[in-house]
Amino acid sequence: MTTQLHADGRLRHFLTTEGLPRQLLLQILDTAESFAGVIDKSVKKVPLLRGRTVINLFFEASTRTRITFELAAKRLSADVLNVNVATTSVKGESLLDMLRNLEAMQADMFVVRHAESGAADYVARHVGPGVSVLNAGDGRHAHPTQAMLDAFTIRRHKGDFEPLIIAIVGDVMHSRVARSQIHALSALGTGEIRVIAPRTLLPRDIESLGVRVFHDMRLGLQEADVVMMLRLQRERMQGALLPSEPEYFRIYGLTEDKLAAAKPDAIVMHPGPINRGVEIDSRVAEGPRSVILEQVTNGIAVRMAVMSMTLGVYQEMPREPA
Amino acid sequence: MNRIRIHGGRVIDPASGRDELAEVVVADGRILAVGESPTDLTVDLEIDATGQIVCPGLIDLATRLGEPGAEHKATIASETRAGAAGGITTLACLPDTHPVMDTPSVVELMHRRAQEANSVRVLPLGALTLGLAGERLSEMVALQQAGCAAMTDAGHTIRDTLVLQRALEYAATFEIPVLLTPADPWLSQAGYLHDGIVATRLGIPGIPATAELAELGRSLALVADIQGRTHFGRLSTQQGVELIARAQNSGLPVTADVAIHQLFLTETDCAEFDARFHLQPPLRSIADRKALRAALNDGTIGVICSDHQPHDSDAKNGPFTSTASGACGVDTLLSLLLRLVEEGVFDLRQGLACVTINPARVLGLETGCLTPGAPADICIFDPDAVWWCTPETLRSQAKNSPFLGWELPGRVNHTLVDGLLIHRHDDPL
Repeated sequence: MTTQLHADGRLRHFLTTEGLPRQLLLQILDTAESFAGVIDKSVKKVPLLRGRTVINLFFEASTRTRITFELAAKRLSADVLNVNVATTSVKGESLLDMLRNLEAMQADMFVVRHAESGAADYVARHVGPGVSVLNAGDGRHAHPTQAMLDAFTIRRHKGDFEPLIIAIVGDVMHSRVARSQIHALSALGTGEIRVIAPRTLLPRDIESLGVRVFHDMRLGLQEADVVMMLRLQRERMQGALLPSEPEYFRIYGLTEDKLAAAKPDAIVMHPGPINRGVEIDSRVAEGPRSVILEQVTNGIAVRMAVMSMTLGVYQEMPREPA
Repeated sequence: MNRIRIHGGRVIDPASGRDELAEVVVADGRILAVGESPTDLTVDLEIDATGQIVCPGLIDLATRLGEPGAEHKATIASETRAGAAGGITTLACLPDTHPVMDTPSVVELMHRRAQEANSVRVLPLGALTLGLAGERLSEMVALQQAGCAAMTDAGHTIRDTLVLQRALEYAATFEIPVLLTPADPWLSQAGYLHDGIVATRLGIPGIPATAELAELGRSLALVADIQGRTHFGRLSTQQGVELIARAQNSGLPVTADVAIHQLFLTETDCAEFDARFHLQPPLRSIADRKALRAALNDGTIGVICSDHQPHDSDAKNGPFTSTASGACGVDTLLSLLLRLVEEGVFDLRQGLACVTINPARVLGLETGCLTPGAPADICIFDPDAVWWCTPETLRSQAKNSPFLGWELPGRVNHTLVDGLLIHRHDDPL
């Protein structure tokens, strides 16, 4: 992996949560906490990235992720450019050539989303020394800001990670979110991380990432403090991964009935967009334990934190863990 | 005319079991004698091989030379020169060219280009099915007469079992060797990496070891019925090796090879998305590598090839899954083989057998040995020399070697083909 860190341990790029020290992850959460205060004010802007240029380079269609990155950059007073390559057509231009051209326009940061695993890493390997790269999702590999906003949301509700049982439910196989969550949550010291899915939706040797595997949802949710649902893309019904949406919902859809197995104060999370009636029942998604919309709000603060840290404008040393 | 005496060297000829200090005399393109030559023998050229090893020229069973169709990656001229510098005297060339090597005219084109290059032998392997499409049989006999030593669909699997059965039957009728690379098309078509810990971590679709096993099982069932000589190429898994060993023990006419990079590298080399390690079949686990090495030692796998696949830098530049698979390898084949000897996989004689007499037998060639009367294809190398594998030291036009940065043993000082000196170290001929 391209190193994400400067020689002195500060964050240079943010490509994956894998391999990052706990201190640094806590620093991201703490920095995000300080920005969360900014967002709550009526004037939601700080001048930290004034004069800096952030380019959102989206090779894969996305609305909410791009918007939250854009909002985060704007609240830091950066100039933001959105390049939606998914719709503008690449005209045979290679990723590298496009990158070189944009870099020649003096960008300070690229926020990259791409359908191929390793794409953000590839971009990071080819940018100049002063340029940072944030991974906004690469293939099935990583979505580190999503994982950090999830961790941020969990910490706000549950405090310390150590006593927690966290269950991740659904299509782990195709999920960059799940991979990044697992790495981040285990680095943060989570007591137990579980994955719950049929075998067709679990990658081989997933246990090697330090998770417990469950195929029975009620067993997997037993005593859980946090239930993190994953999006099930409808195209998974082709290719013989699953027989049908109704069968999937019956066995792995989160309903109030299944949620009863978790702790009474368990929170329910989802990275969105949700498929109602496929992986989650509307009553749960909108129910009192759902923090799904809070996740969206928190995404802005977390992305502000990562942007300011990678561009070196937020020099505060990490606080000692509480 | 044209007599050459090679003296002072340690002659290793795996075909005869010879391993001793001896002289080799070449006359009119063929081996005249090995041992001691009459002192009054007049020769046109004396080669002092003191401190060096004299062995049959290497036969690389699986290469791609860029021609026809991918001349921007490599050419027969560039790759035969690289082969000569690596001690290789025969480059067997897979038929997945553009156009596909499924008609005698393409084979003739290859021969003509090789002649112009005036270097090592280029041995085209013919397509088993037209266009490698797995539907209709190629004109195997015509291809054989045009000079194809064996038939193969390269990395393409014949999906239709009935077509595969008929291809094997037809080839067996004319005693044409068939080379198959076992990979179940459905289990491997969507993957890029060994389906294991690294693929899971990187979120890259995997190719399970069972892809090799499943296809081997199907092919071996047919071979058991047909009893035609079949060679399985590029084995990559422990289970695959076990199945081949079982087939051999039950008397099937089955041989196997391994690409030399599989004996050194594993899935963990891919952990940083480095496209140089994007290979097909993929780099497997440490246990697989161990099994492959053991299979060389016990003879289950008899042939080592480079699986040379030259690429231009653009083909390897991009996110892992959008890059081309394959590595260049003719430059490093002999050196890596010496490294396997150093690491105790086999002794030098057995190791050299895997790149000389054994592939010669698979392909039915008269080379690969130092038997008097055989064509004088000879490699003379200094086993103690050391070189760094860098883009500059690679002679191949391609630089996509997974071994860049490695320090490697062995330097080829002389290469002879048909008794002609086609490579001399430090003196481009």
